[in-house]
Amino acid sequence: MAKPDLSVKIGAIRMRNPVMTASGTFGYGPEYADLVDFSRLGAIVVKGISREPVRGNATPRTVEVASGLINAIGLQNPGVDGFVKEYMPFLRRHDVPVIVNIWGRTIEDYAFVAERFDAVDGVAGLEVNVSCPNIKEGSCTFGSNLDMFKRVIAAVRAKTKLPLIPKLAPDIAGIKTFAKAAEECGADAISLINSIPAMAIDIEARRPVLGNVTGGLSGPAIKPIAVKMVWEAAKAVKIPIVGIGGISNAADAIEFMIAGATAVAVGTANFTDPATALAVVDGLEAYLAGHGLRGVAELVGSLKT
Amino acid sequence: MLLEDAKVLQQREIQGGYRLLVLAAPLMAPKVQPGQFVHLRVPHLDSAVLRRPFSVYKADGGTLSILYKDVGRGTSAMKALRDGETVSLLGPLGHGFPAPAKDKVPVLVAGGYGMAALYLVAKTSAVKGVVFVGGRSAQDVLCVPEFTALGWTVHVSTDDGSLGVKGLVTDALEPWLHKELKGRTPEFFACGPNGMLKAVGERAIRGNWTAWLSVDRKMGCGVGACLTCVQKIATPDGGWTWERVCKEGPVFESRQIVWKDET
Repeated sequence: MAKPDLSVKIGAIRMRNPVMTASGTFGYGPEYADLVDFSRLGAIVVKGISREPVRGNATPRTVEVASGLINAIGLQNPGVDGFVKEYMPFLRRHDVPVIVNIWGRTIEDYAFVAERFDAVDGVAGLEVNVSCPNIKEGSCTFGSNLDMFKRVIAAVRAKTKLPLIPKLAPDIAGIKTFAKAAEECGADAISLINSIPAMAIDIEARRPVLGNVTGGLSGPAIKPIAVKMVWEAAKAVKIPIVGIGGISNAADAIEFMIAGATAVAVGTANFTDPATALAVVDGLEAYLAGHGLRGVAELVGSLKT
Repeated sequence: MLLEDAKVLQQREIQGGYRLLVLAAPLMAPKVQPGQFVHLRVPHLDSAVLRRPFSVYKADGGTLSILYKDVGRGTSAMKALRDGETVSLLGPLGHGFPAPAKDKVPVLVAGGYGMAALYLVAKTSAVKGVVFVGGRSAQDVLCVPEFTALGWTVHVSTDDGSLGVKGLVTDALEPWLHKELKGRTPEFFACGPNGMLKAVGERAIRGNWTAWLSVDRKMGCGVGACLTCVQKIATPDGGWTWERVCKEGPVFESRQIVWKDET
């Protein structure tokens, strides 16, 4: 039997396999270049970029909890110009689609950054972060208020032809409504879920552990929640879904794909083991072959209920 | 930087809950520079999503060793490692200590298992110097014979006076600087709690000397991606910027570090 076809398309992005690295967990690429063969990844999603450089939150910025990590980095980043200058030459040298995660505090910020990236060589697509739990104004509101969400996606859509992938918030009522709204506003795909608002308390000091008080929970602890949200969203839209949330091995990724995800992104597990994404690719291929499936398409959304 | 499955050669308690873990890491060990660290995946604890950083204590041929104390669920799980088991290492990581200047007296200052990060400095140094080590009590003072064997003079201090001078490590350092320096220039290499590093750094700045400080911060990925372990670093315009302890650090010169709000 021929090798299973792992290739997928997310909008116009052709990926050799459905396995990406999730924004915020893979830096801007160079951090993992010694450890991961980029040419075996489906895509790299770089850490969130905004119009101006951002310093981010006070420390401590992360805390490990049972099967998870709460982070409140605060979207520290070099800004769009800093990123393009410092990292795009490096990323362009590698044979892997680069998806840039973008965010803003205002609709104009989002539109500005999208327009800027539209003209940058080597950018395959934009993931639109409307759901970071660690930014007080902007970002979070856009993900939870349907009207604001539509306005952001439409504004970004108007400024770029690049494939757009809004990243949906996990703490919203009616994931289907937001998924549909993204589709109607011209998104090429959606990704979900972002980290879930969370906190940890130092019981001796009776203080929050994180400098930012609250943060976003990621890692295996959130996987079942994410699978359920992907399953719901998949029933509502025709555009592809990128499943994210606690994927640590091929079995996790396969679960998301059966639920309806066309692609997946490995996040926190990159910290545990930088080889995770490649192990997911290998495991997925073995699963497809072992189950007589010719390609990813036969797996996506194949849940029997 | 590489990933290597290292085989446990030996693990034993040294004293007071401090443990020595010796690993066969033929690819990684020869690459280790003094002051660098390895990021160890906690064994037998699937609920731990982060690795744990450890200074490399000794690196000899294809083996490397680390010192640790059972202080949390990660280090507690490490105690269960048996000879012959493998543990995933990521490393060597970070920018360690520079080689001690030959025209100065190297002065190593350590708190607790900070001694581990300084051993390779002493071992590889072209000039011999002195070591000041402090701990809460006698059982927290580690590796003294190891440094003595390298021909270094070791001065011990403990908070409770159970070994050496009673007081902080800096209390033992100060009289030495006055009496024993004799016109020579010291160069400090320090690893320990941030409060100790700050005191050593400030003393070096007052004396117009150089102090290399290995900073301890909560760490995430270990490779510069997650931005957990950031430290405020002075910029030429009088401001500050975040630098990553795992990548640009863990060793910084005392004048680089902005301690405000960060100890």
